[in-house]
Amino acid sequence: MLKASSLAQYTRSPEWATKAIPNFCEVCFWKCAKWVNLDEDGNIRSLKGIDDDPHCNGRLCPRGTGGLGMYYDKDRLTTPLMRVEGGDGQTFKEVSWDEALSFIAEKMNSLKERYGPESVALFNHGSSGKHFTHLLKAFGSTNITAPSYAQCRGPREVGFKMTFGQTLGSPEPTDIRDTRCLVLIGSHLGENMHNGQVQEMSDAIDQGADIITVDPRYSTAASKSRYWLPIKPSTDLALLLSWIHVIIEEGLYDKDYVEKHTYGFDRLRHHVKRMTPEWCYGITTIKPDLIRKTARTMAGASPAVIVHPGRHVTWYGDDTQRTRAIAILNALLGSWGRRGGFYFSEKVKIPSFPTPDYPKAKWSWRELLDGKYPLAGLSVSQTFIEASIAENKSEHPIKGWLVSGTNLPLTIPDNSRFEKAVQDVELFVAVDTMPMEVTGYADVVLPECTYLERHDDLRSSPHRQPYIALRMPAVEPLGDSKPAWWMARELGLKLGLDAYFPYEHFEEVLEWQLKQLGTSMEEMQMTGIKRFERQNPSLYLKDEEVPYYNTLSGKIELYSTELEQHGFDPLPNYVAHPEPPDNYYRLNYGRAPMHTFSRTSNNDYLTDLMETNTVWVNPRVAKIWGFKKGTKVKLRNQDGVVSDFPIEVRITERIRWDSIYIVHGFGHNNKKLTKAYGKGVNDTALITKVMTDPIMGGTGMRGNFVTFELIEEPENATI
Amino acid sequence: MRYAMAIDTKKCVGCSDCVIACQIENKVPIGYCRDWVTETVVGTYPDLEMEIRSERCNHCDNAPCVRCCPTGASYIDEGGIVLVTPNKCIGCGACIESCPYDARFSHPTEGHVDKCTFCVHRVKKGEQPACVSVCPTKCMYFGDINDPSSEISQILSKRKYKVLAPEAGTRPQVYYLI
Repeated sequence: MLKASSLAQYTRSPEWATKAIPNFCEVCFWKCAKWVNLDEDGNIRSLKGIDDDPHCNGRLCPRGTGGLGMYYDKDRLTTPLMRVEGGDGQTFKEVSWDEALSFIAEKMNSLKERYGPESVALFNHGSSGKHFTHLLKAFGSTNITAPSYAQCRGPREVGFKMTFGQTLGSPEPTDIRDTRCLVLIGSHLGENMHNGQVQEMSDAIDQGADIITVDPRYSTAASKSRYWLPIKPSTDLALLLSWIHVIIEEGLYDKDYVEKHTYGFDRLRHHVKRMTPEWCYGITTIKPDLIRKTARTMAGASPAVIVHPGRHVTWYGDDTQRTRAIAILNALLGSWGRRGGFYFSEKVKIPSFPTPDYPKAKWSWRELLDGKYPLAGLSVSQTFIEASIAENKSEHPIKGWLVSGTNLPLTIPDNSRFEKAVQDVELFVAVDTMPMEVTGYADVVLPECTYLERHDDLRSSPHRQPYIALRMPAVEPLGDSKPAWWMARELGLKLGLDAYFPYEHFEEVLEWQLKQLGTSMEEMQMTGIKRFERQNPSLYLKDEEVPYYNTLSGKIELYSTELEQHGFDPLPNYVAHPEPPDNYYRLNYGRAPMHTFSRTSNNDYLTDLMETNTVWVNPRVAKIWGFKKGTKVKLRNQDGVVSDFPIEVRITERIRWDSIYIVHGFGHNNKKLTKAYGKGVNDTALITKVMTDPIMGGTGMRGNFVTFELIEEPENATI
Repeated sequence: MRYAMAIDTKKCVGCSDCVIACQIENKVPIGYCRDWVTETVVGTYPDLEMEIRSERCNHCDNAPCVRCCPTGASYIDEGGIVLVTPNKCIGCGACIESCPYDARFSHPTEGHVDKCTFCVHRVKKGEQPACVSVCPTKCMYFGDINDPSSEISQILSKRKYKVLAPEAGTRPQVYYLI
């Protein structure tokens, strides 16, 4: 009989170590540990997940498997570029690293002199950002931001922090493999390929767990579900409150848990009294019977039930409150700290390589909030953009941008603000592996080598067991591309920050850190990952254990005293959101399993699987507009913004008639992306209405409506 | 010995990792594939059902491609794996026409017919086919269905399954768990 491939293939030998090099994936934030397999000529042949890595269990997703397409991409940046003054604004010249970095250092020093070091900010995503973070802090600025907070998961971090006293982080500590009921609210696991979670969802299906999916679209997850609730978009909070109502009124909550661990139950009970399934039906279009049935299913599985917090949760500007309702529901079901619910994750603290203390910044991103968003736990990226716009006359102006690994125009909504800010900043440096749109706005473009060609910090992420993973180059950087650690160090030296970079090569930092952790480069090269013991041996609450929760009351706060203190609703309230006018449809967007945002849309392997997005429309809508198979349209939003390119309609029953759906990350308009250019529609450009979360600054993006502009009628087409 | 594959449609999310793993393992040119993913939706919103399937050559017991091949390039190998000998193939395309599963294509640069081999080169080393080895949902099972203790035999004995185009009489050996 066949052996498990893992055993045969991955018994390591020193000889083998020259053919397979450890790394962890950078195609998305899940960071699965992998072997980079080389062929006889030393070229990258394939990528394979590391068997014992809890992020992937030896199985990468299509992006992880196809990650070598990033290395082989013909459109890669391989030479530093500088904008040519006085040209058409889009002309760049190739320059040497020395010229590029000297220019940047000179500008940074000039900004420091005139406005203080704090006037230089970093926008970042992914591993490279850490090197520039170190550089910027050494320079004297803590103005460091990532769109992954205010444009993505920030609200749920605050919603859970207000309830359980701690944020969720990544990977989320959801015990999906042992759950008996998984509730997904707009979370499209399987289409968002959060590898470990998708794997565990599959395990849960094997174990016969019930999946309940709430989505206006018949998602892949919906098709795997026992119950699919085809909710009217923007009404999720009403459903959550009604579920809470049923669970309380029918006495289905975990009474012992609620009594011992939580604060504010009576007020919650009173609050949801009127939020009956009948009330909810009128709002959500979900039948009362189905609301009750699903609430009972969750309660029947309690405490092995997960109401998933979601990941991209910036929808309607009341997102902290919606994720609060999710947290409350989990608390009532007793799932926090319980098997099949949420486990207590642990991670290894990587010791900091000894460098001098950073200079104290005179102001930081909190000042940019200007009294708004009091509960933001991390910096709010769009406030950086506003502080960069001269006419805002910000008390704390930002004048210089370093942008690493994030394609801002396809990431941050309301592009007009970004474009305005770009005109006003005095220095704009973009670091990327590819000529993403963001590089077209920069004064200097620094070509970064891909994750397969560089060292980065160790990966240490919270999980059931603490693990670290090593990234090391499998091949030499292509052309004149360089790793981010090298760029940060060289720039540091030019800025006179030598003391912060007391090493020639980043390997020295890794060697020192690994030694502190009781291992070594040699060991890690053989294993790729290393497992550590937990500090607290128990993944779950022990019997009778009632821990201190880091909230103001020390309990799980059903009623949030901290939100109350700041003048926000201590218990979530449903508020109706605007609906699309006639002939407009709500713009819903999401992920496809073979793509990560806009960063994979030029990858040979991944575009071969999916080269463009399509606009999903319900057959009823298609009939009204006379769409046929193959019809191409442009999309125009409520503010008159029209998509750059046409998009093909996909007529499908999988979408409600009041909304359309497109996969995020397409519609590239930079011709240097030869495969991705002009393919499909960029959803971010159509998101000009932003509903900002007053609690933490999340940019709600699901309140935009689009209509169709007809451009082409295929002949002889049939449905 | 009879190799076969079973694919659990209840677990497959259609991520297409199987497709890309095959392309890389077998150096399938970009733009072509030996396996692919289909999605079938039935019903009207909101009463819907969807089946996602990873499809490939069915390595049929009664393989029309082998019967119609004029040169004997298409043949049935040990364990029932249907293969093509490239240097015997004249590229006539009869097998492509005869296959009810549309599982074969002409290799764009080498001219011969190309298709799924169940990764016979890996299987001979005791490994799983590339697609099976990477699948994040572990929805694919591969092995010897003549061995009742094999994982695939076990799962087929426990679960309902179907094959594609049974009316074609090809006796396909890729089973879909439903």
